Amino acid sequence: MKAQLTTRRSPILAIYAALVFAFIYFPIVVLVVYSFNRDGVGGFPPRHLTLSWYTQLFADSSVWDSVLNSLLVATGGVALSLMLGLLAALALDRASFPGKVLFRRLVLLPLILPGIITGLSLLMFAVFAGVQLSLLTVFLGHGTALISVATTELFAGLQKLDRAQEEASLDLGATPWQTFWRITLPNLKLSLIAAGLLIFTLSMDEIAVTFFLIGRDNTLPLEIWGRLRRGITPEINAVSTLIFAVSVALIVIWYHLRSRSLDAPARELFEQP
Amino acid sequence: MYSRTYKSLVSIPPLFWVGAFLLLPYALMFAHSLWTVREGVIVHQWNWENYKTLFTNPLYAEVLFRTMRIAASVTLCSLLLGYPLAYYLAFHAGARKELLYQLVIVPLWVSYLVRGYAWKTILGSDGVLNAFLQYLHLTHEPVGFFLYSPFAVVLMLTHIYTPFVFLPIYAALEHIPRPLLEASQDLGAGSLQTFWRVILPLSMPGLLAGATFAFVLSLGDFLAPLLVGGPSGTMIANVVQSLFGAAFDWPLGAAISMGILVITISLLFLGEFLEKRWAFK
Repeated sequence: MKAQLTTRRSPILAIYAALVFAFIYFPIVVLVVYSFNRDGVGGFPPRHLTLSWYTQLFADSSVWDSVLNSLLVATGGVALSLMLGLLAALALDRASFPGKVLFRRLVLLPLILPGIITGLSLLMFAVFAGVQLSLLTVFLGHGTALISVATTELFAGLQKLDRAQEEASLDLGATPWQTFWRITLPNLKLSLIAAGLLIFTLSMDEIAVTFFLIGRDNTLPLEIWGRLRRGITPEINAVSTLIFAVSVALIVIWYHLRSRSLDAPARELFEQP
Repeated sequence: MYSRTYKSLVSIPPLFWVGAFLLLPYALMFAHSLWTVREGVIVHQWNWENYKTLFTNPLYAEVLFRTMRIAASVTLCSLLLGYPLAYYLAFHAGARKELLYQLVIVPLWVSYLVRGYAWKTILGSDGVLNAFLQYLHLTHEPVGFFLYSPFAVVLMLTHIYTPFVFLPIYAALEHIPRPLLEASQDLGAGSLQTFWRVILPLSMPGLLAGATFAFVLSLGDFLAPLLVGGPSGTMIANVVQSLFGAAFDWPLGAAISMGILVITISLLFLGEFLEKRWAFK
């Protein structure tokens, strides 16, 4: 009976599912194929495959400058959001204070609110505080907005943690500080790495908040955005293909680490928005 | 188990940071919405004029209405694609389930811009789709209306939000106790009846969560209209963006942002409320 229920055949549904998959992946396939097309972004069928767009891309110094900027911002963003997200997750897991529910919702807001709202609020804040827009403001924006992701991810990790170990450590005379460094943190290692990877990818790809906080130096997505206005060439396909490949690799690693640390696929993030 | 010092040490820094860098900026946005611009300078004079303008000038209502229509279409299309996909994975995919699940969620986190750009190259008048149609001799002139239309915005956003919608629905379907389905069949219900009277109601919280996500995220999108929407696909967030840019009227832009914020948060609460009502007891 059970076997019958879980593996019933339904060809129509299977075809429909295949079509949805095709819809999800079709644009990406087109993107990748045309990054090798000598004759530009349009045209059908793509003929004369070439690597010249990639060689052009590798020689393009403004792209690489923006990659470097993005790496700087993302690395800083990961450090900042992990640090504050870890504390926030510990606070939500272990402390009680007035306004805890409100705090939880507030932390998650940037994940749920449209990027333009968070971006513009931070822009107004920067202007109000008299801070010049630069990579520093972008970094602070990413770091702050992504505390939401860090907190959810690490909170899920903390919930799975065995508290008995920490209790034992404290009972055996270790200070809370030692317990934190020797028990809590090592036990959270996988969750921390997984969260860091996800945040890194999101920061590298971020555009809606960055749009309003950017100064003179572009991040990679903003550099691409600027080029789109000047007309499109397969060079943009080439850089997009590389971004896509790197992002997919990071997300796949994140997924596996996270499944290992939680023994369950990554669903919690969406069940409790 | 944890001392007071421990609790304060972990609570105070994030509370302070979130207060200073999230709450304060959002509050500042509200403050701006009550100020005015005079001769190119923002004047800190408290008044409700911006909100009055929003409610009296039909232009804003019109754009908001169009935005809602686009967001509703995106939500509907994402549900139509995401629900059957989730259903297939939960009940029919068998051993390939885990792999297929990953194939859906990986693009979810991967570059919004890259995926939007891909649609731009497909839909453009000298884009891939037009070249393909001419190659098949279905058209001789490039078809102009694919790109720069509300249709293109709906298509691109549906592509982006289908995995978002899929995820909570799939989680809900996976949590349905399988014996319930067997019971339904044993009591003589056909598959369609089982779906309609058991599976659909039980997956309602997931469906609502997905729908809320898609609607809210589309509602505040300003990049898709810029990429593929053109003038006829302008959405409310684009109005905000231009008020903060060339038009330089931050207070009015802030007032519209507050409107988007209020609509978004109300919808999230409504979604949460409905999810609880439908929750499996």
